[in-house]
Amino acid sequence: MNATIAPSYVEPVVKTTRVKATPAHAFEVFTRNIKAWWKPEHSINPTRSAIDKIVLEPRAGGRWYEIGVDGSECEWGRVLAWDPPKRVVLAWQITTQWTYDANLHTELEVRFEPQGAETVVTLEHRLLENWGEKARETRDAVNGGWGSLVDRLAAAIEGRPLP
Amino acid sequence: MPYDNALAALADPTRRAVFERLRAGPVSVGDIAAELPVSRPAVSQHLKVLKDAGLVRQEAVGTRRLYEVDPHGLGELRSWLERFWTEALDAFKREVERQPHHRTRKRSR
Repeated sequence: MNATIAPSYVEPVVKTTRVKATPAHAFEVFTRNIKAWWKPEHSINPTRSAIDKIVLEPRAGGRWYEIGVDGSECEWGRVLAWDPPKRVVLAWQITTQWTYDANLHTELEVRFEPQGAETVVTLEHRLLENWGEKARETRDAVNGGWGSLVDRLAAAIEGRPLP
Repeated sequence: MPYDNALAALADPTRRAVFERLRAGPVSVGDIAAELPVSRPAVSQHLKVLKDAGLVRQEAVGTRRLYEVDPHGLGELRSWLERFWTEALDAFKREVERQPHHRTRKRSR
């Protein structure tokens, strides 16, 4: 019985939006001014500090991280491809638990295509099967597997201290 | 957050018991009903909620329908991610269009 085999392929999440701007400006806002549109609560900094800056180093191999108002830095991933103003590919190394994991690899590709005076922005979040694999590892790593996770969930719901 | 539905689904103690029963491997509704003080229709209902929350998946083996823990809860996570990126791109669009000096000029105001 193949009860716990990770799925080998998970359909990517693809989203498109059309903006009244040039590809260059859209690319600039997406890569240089993330904080202006990123929801502040989507921080993964373990210090729980509010986000001061979100930095995407403008080159392949660059870091992608947030800086808290307390000065702490927290990694999000890496820049895999840097091709302004057409395309950027990022490694999204954030787990389903909303934490950074250097061993997790999912990919975010964002393309900017001119269409008349506008730009079509297409975002693809792929390799989600790795997310699943990581979720399974997380589960397996917890002694007692789902059981103790369920206990923790129940405690969280009921407002008790986590076991 | 990704686990909102999962948390809600597991808040019910009976449902949690059903879910924990699946840890040992795939089982049928009848198997669960035989081991827990819960009727078959109630077990089916709990399984449906767990399935909707992305925690459990269903598999047909011959004529039997078996339920097992979805190892990743990916259905739920994926739909969460869909919402996440939709909201992020909406906010991104607003920000891009908020800065008119970079925009292809149509008319000045």
